[in-house]
Amino acid sequence: MTPMMNVEIDEKRVVVALRESCEQLDGAVGEVMLDFSSVPRIDPSGLVAMEALADAAADKGVKVILCGVNVDIYKVLKLAKLTQRFSFA
Amino acid sequence: MPANDSPLSAERIAYLEGLVRQARTAAAVFTQYTQEDVDRIVKQMVLAGLEQAPHLAQLAVSETRLGVLEDKTLKNMVATEFVYDYVKDKRTVGTIREYPDRGVAEVAEPIGVIFSLTPITNPTSTVLFKCIMAIKTRNAVIFSPHPSAGHCCSEAVRIMYEAAVKHGAPVGVFTCLESQTLQDNAYLMHHKDVGLIDATGGPGMVKAAYGSGKPALGVGPGNTPVYLEKTADLDMAVVDIITSKTFDNGTICASEQTVVIDDEIYDTVLRKFADLGAHVCNEKETKLLGRTVIDPTTGYMQPMAVGQKATDIASMVGLSVAPGTKLLIAPIAGVGPDHPLSVEKLFPVLAVCRANSVDEALKLCVDVNHAGGLGHTAVVFSRNDEVIQKFGEVINAGRIIVNAPGSIGALGGVYNDMVPTFSFGCGTGGGNSTMDNVNVYNYLNIKRVARRTTAHMWFRVPNQIYFNMNAVENLRNFPSRSTVIVTNPAMEQIGHVDIVRRNIPPGTRVHVAVIPDAEPEIKVVMEGVETLKFYKADQIIALGGGSVIDAAKIMKLKYESPQADLVELAAPFLDLRKRVVQYPTDKVTQARLIAISTTSGTGSEVTPFAVLIDKQAARKVTLADYSLTPDVAIVDPQFVMSMPKGLTADTGIDCLTHALEAGVSILSSPYTDANALQALQLAFKYLPIAYENPRDEEARTMMHNAACIAAMAFSNAAVGVNHALAHAFGARFGVAHGRANALMLPHVIAYNAAVPSKFMPSPNQKGYVAHQKYAMMADLLGLGGETVEEKVQNLVAAIEHLLDQLAFPRSIADLGISKQDFESAMPDLVKAAFDDPSWRSNPRMPLLSELEELLWSAYRGRGSAKPSSPRQHKTVVEERLCV
Repeated sequence: MTPMMNVEIDEKRVVVALRESCEQLDGAVGEVMLDFSSVPRIDPSGLVAMEALADAAADKGVKVILCGVNVDIYKVLKLAKLTQRFSFA
Repeated sequence: MPANDSPLSAERIAYLEGLVRQARTAAAVFTQYTQEDVDRIVKQMVLAGLEQAPHLAQLAVSETRLGVLEDKTLKNMVATEFVYDYVKDKRTVGTIREYPDRGVAEVAEPIGVIFSLTPITNPTSTVLFKCIMAIKTRNAVIFSPHPSAGHCCSEAVRIMYEAAVKHGAPVGVFTCLESQTLQDNAYLMHHKDVGLIDATGGPGMVKAAYGSGKPALGVGPGNTPVYLEKTADLDMAVVDIITSKTFDNGTICASEQTVVIDDEIYDTVLRKFADLGAHVCNEKETKLLGRTVIDPTTGYMQPMAVGQKATDIASMVGLSVAPGTKLLIAPIAGVGPDHPLSVEKLFPVLAVCRANSVDEALKLCVDVNHAGGLGHTAVVFSRNDEVIQKFGEVINAGRIIVNAPGSIGALGGVYNDMVPTFSFGCGTGGGNSTMDNVNVYNYLNIKRVARRTTAHMWFRVPNQIYFNMNAVENLRNFPSRSTVIVTNPAMEQIGHVDIVRRNIPPGTRVHVAVIPDAEPEIKVVMEGVETLKFYKADQIIALGGGSVIDAAKIMKLKYESPQADLVELAAPFLDLRKRVVQYPTDKVTQARLIAISTTSGTGSEVTPFAVLIDKQAARKVTLADYSLTPDVAIVDPQFVMSMPKGLTADTGIDCLTHALEAGVSILSSPYTDANALQALQLAFKYLPIAYENPRDEEARTMMHNAACIAAMAFSNAAVGVNHALAHAFGARFGVAHGRANALMLPHVIAYNAAVPSKFMPSPNQKGYVAHQKYAMMADLLGLGGETVEEKVQNLVAAIEHLLDQLAFPRSIADLGISKQDFESAMPDLVKAAFDDPSWRSNPRMPLLSELEELLWSAYRGRGSAKPSSPRQHKTVVEERLCV
């Protein structure tokens, strides 16, 4: 079974949580699951952090799965052309 | 600043890409904002802009060396306060407008990234305006100011940006190119992530924007004509014109360019201009001015004069004018290349031209309008509404300003109630996609969420129907001075006319108009109309089968409304409520139409249809309108007791077909279903009895009722493809209508019951229900079966059995039509069936190939009634429909 890391993204500290996830990618193998259930809205810095995470994950060959993304944020990711860089659950 | 002709460096491209990426991110994030979010931010931006209005005006004047500080301050305040006043209560997020009665809601979708060009003439005010519009609509903007206004514009962007972000706008929502070249602009105009170009600038830039292939808002060049008509308030007009033309030294492109003045007031007006500080040039001065401020090669204004004071222009040209002169007025004799000053002049030089009549004045204004100002702005001063209206009709301008200054009037919100703007759309005349005062709605994609509406339906029948034996006695209740009985020879011979006569109230003048026993020709109808006129009929009694009743309907129409054009009224239509041709409502006289049917089939006594033969054009004319419906129907079986067997069968099957087709029609409703199903039950039970035992009074009565009831159903639900096919091959091979219908029936039911290869748009129906309705009919008839499919099969079998009982031929081949003849007629048959309007209410849209297949099935006959599509509905019994 593929080892998987689960991270819950806190609404108040999206950028920090994403940066931390980025750092933890080194230790991850296979897949990382980020839970956005408690994130109602995302700001530009959050988007930049997500892009950085996508870059880092691509470098390390880790698949990042986003779960619990609401449709408003999904549309933001779509408009920012980031949806193709993540998997969704 | 990179040279204009050098290609973009890799660094420059990276810089531009960075701007776009930042804007794209901001725009994406912005989609999550609510109306309250953006309204809060906009208010704070407006306050910041108002506070900085003088500072930005100062920067603009210093940098561009155009215009007037005080006026630019005012413009900055209009661009913030007046624009805010307009937008503050407008909904621009989510659902912005709703039309509950239409079931339509308008929902805002932001554009995303807007690339915005701003002009040198109104630099900071345009930026303020566009920033407010962008935030209000949740868009990000990359600004590219005119190179000679870069600093003041970037300062305006900075002030707006800081206020916006401070109050919650996404970081990166506005950026301003630090310095720019045409290549920068071209790169951004073509960038895939730029959603819209908003080009407020010179014609070259606007053209480049449109040339990029991107959606663009552009503005056109102006050349504002003014008509100063003799009824105008001259003092007001002169002050308004001076105010407007000198505003910011004439830099607003909506400002007045040529004033056409009625001869009667010309000298007075010029004197008033002079009294208020304008210099009126003599002929020599006008020539000198024309040569200097207009480029003789291009015919356009000289850039050096743009936005300069009148006195500076005078000294530039070498004119001697009084100190403090506000405006230079140049009388010209016409418009065009021979009159250089008749073009746009964005500085305080105003051409004036004398006109000897309203007509001449309007023509001169049209000339000015077409000399470079199409779609932009025009002004009229007049108290004559006709003049104002005519001016509005002949001048092509997005803003036609009445009795107010052109420049400030066009900005909107100050002198009139137009939408405040700093961007004037000039329509197609100005090469633009919009003629609006560009506003927030131009910065939005407006989506329409359209809910399915319930179509208005109807159930219309005569308001009096008398039925059962001796119902004809009810004629006694209808007083009349003069009655014309329309009938055919047979009715007279068998004494039916006498029965009718006996029941008409005594004292009524009665005339009998006998017409041939055939589908009525126009000539017959028109002879009948003459009879009605001659006898001044106030009542028409149609006694006969469908042809007689149809003839009487058309006679009544032409008698009451002689202007009715029968051929035009027969024009095809798809939806009765939206038909192009309307039946006349103006009537020169009125006559009651009482229809007494002598067959049990067409039900013409209650229908709104009439068929007539146009022998000259060799065609049938079908008229359909509820105004044709008889006023009274009498369904008295004594008139059908003597119907021969063949006619009983033919007309009975016609009735059955009406019920079956109306029952599955896309126009069917619970009202028509009630009638269709009742008629079906009656016909199934009583048609064989009436056929076998013509003197059976009960059977005759019930079949006569069934025909009328079925007709009420199809009068409102119409028929279907069975009729289209029967009309086509019946006409071609001379087969009676009922018989032709009978030959198609089993095949059409199987066809409609299968899964359609093409569905018919049918807003009145929820899903495809034809097969279920057939199953419901089978249930009502007690035919048994478990599944819908079985029930449909049983219905087909029962119909085939009935046709056998009535001794109908069971295939077209049985009629003696050779396969070769049928085959060679096939293309015509298919075309005729497809051209027939009957199928338009059929539940399944027939393909041409399917019409052909159905005709061949009917040709082969028994046993070939199988669905053309191999797929059957997989619905089971539980899905019974409620009646």
